[in-house]
Amino acid sequence: MYKRIGRHTVKIENPVYIVSAASYAGKKEGEGPLGKYFDFVAEDIMLGEKSWEKAESMFFKKAFKTAMQKAGKTFDDIDYLLAGDLLNQCGGSTFGLRDFKIPYFGIYGACSTFGEAISLGSMLIDGGFGKNILCGAGSHFCSAEKQFRSPLELGTQRPPTSTWTVTGSGAVVLSSEGSGPKVTYITTGKIIDMGIKDSGNMGAAMAGAACDVIEAHFNETGRNPDYYDVIATGDLGDVGKALVKKYAGEAGIIFNNNLTDCGIEIFDNETQDTHCGGSGCACSAVTFSGYFYKKLLKKDIKNILLIPTGALMNTDISQQGETIPAIAHAVAIEMG
Amino acid sequence: METTEKKKKEYQQAVKVLSPNSHIIKNCIWAFFSGGTICLIGHILRKIFESFNYSEDKTALLVNLILIGSSALLTGLGLYSKMGKKCGAGTVVPITGFANSMVSPSIEYKTQGFIFGLGAKMFTVAGPVLVYGITASVVVGIVHYFIAG
Repeated sequence: MYKRIGRHTVKIENPVYIVSAASYAGKKEGEGPLGKYFDFVAEDIMLGEKSWEKAESMFFKKAFKTAMQKAGKTFDDIDYLLAGDLLNQCGGSTFGLRDFKIPYFGIYGACSTFGEAISLGSMLIDGGFGKNILCGAGSHFCSAEKQFRSPLELGTQRPPTSTWTVTGSGAVVLSSEGSGPKVTYITTGKIIDMGIKDSGNMGAAMAGAACDVIEAHFNETGRNPDYYDVIATGDLGDVGKALVKKYAGEAGIIFNNNLTDCGIEIFDNETQDTHCGGSGCACSAVTFSGYFYKKLLKKDIKNILLIPTGALMNTDISQQGETIPAIAHAVAIEMG
Repeated sequence: METTEKKKKEYQQAVKVLSPNSHIIKNCIWAFFSGGTICLIGHILRKIFESFNYSEDKTALLVNLILIGSSALLTGLGLYSKMGKKCGAGTVVPITGFANSMVSPSIEYKTQGFIFGLGAKMFTVAGPVLVYGITASVVVGIVHYFIAG
């Protein structure tokens, strides 16, 4: 049976349930508008570890383990582990999950990794390659700043277009049996580069990729934006969201008030000084696992199109004058 | 989404329109007064040392030591970055900014050891300033040698 319905989209035919979700977030995220939805808010973003990288790994370990336990599963029940993060060689996830002893695919989609993980996990289940899949993503503000930008204590100003990397990790268990919201369609994005060079304006770098995958999703599924209660991009922030509205609108895709962005939901930009919003792999991961997943279970919303977005930036290549390529993956998640 | 060169240009133009700008005037005022305050403190220190009849060299050395030491301490206490957020160039340009640019990476990389961590990464921000500052001083010295003899 051929499940592909278009250039980018596949229909998940055998049921894939998101049977559990767990979210571990940092202090600042806990103080934001979604604070009460997270499973755990770390008072100390070091989580008792000696370095930021190790703390990031610890966020992974805790979130993934909690998701598994909530689903009533053990390490032996999980067929595959899919995870990724922003650190070099995906250090956050691999070091955090190395004790799990579960067959593992390390994935990288920058901040779109959570969407990539759910996409691949759902395809694995639909294809009959596994029954239970643990997948997720995470990031840490401090380790991300250290790797991609400047030292935290350097007395410089962040540009008004910048976003704030979310500290935390979000994980879900996908299963062929059980209950919960179902993954129904997956629209995989292409690499889109709109010629943006400013690493202080990631929303602008990624909005083109988000528009592309949104257009593909609606064209190939035949749905229209009104079908979804929530359409949530990953971490575009204010600038990126405005660009998506403009360019999707030009392509004939008009949103009612259902378009939002996990980066806009997670922080209160005015009081938390986060400029354009939240970003990072953890942004869509904890916002979905903590907030939207609970809203789906409570039937506050009946479906969501989650579109984690990623800037595929490499600091060395950027310094060589290259523009920033971007990616976005759309996953349709619906309550039965 | 089209990705033709024409579309990209138009997109980049839209990005400029939709992106908020820095508050240049406010930033300049903060930079002027904060940078000026640091220089004023330096001058007050100089006057104090001069009143003790210290030599010119010794006075300059002591003033720099105190400013650099204070900046390093404030960086370590996490206060310099808070000041920098408001003051911008006002706290970057004076010698205190230079100390901050060396201490801040040192704090982060000490987890990677004293040699390949702290020692190697200490100059990631300040390195270019040293390289081109020293190069410029050599060039100026050579020019001065030939012109002023």
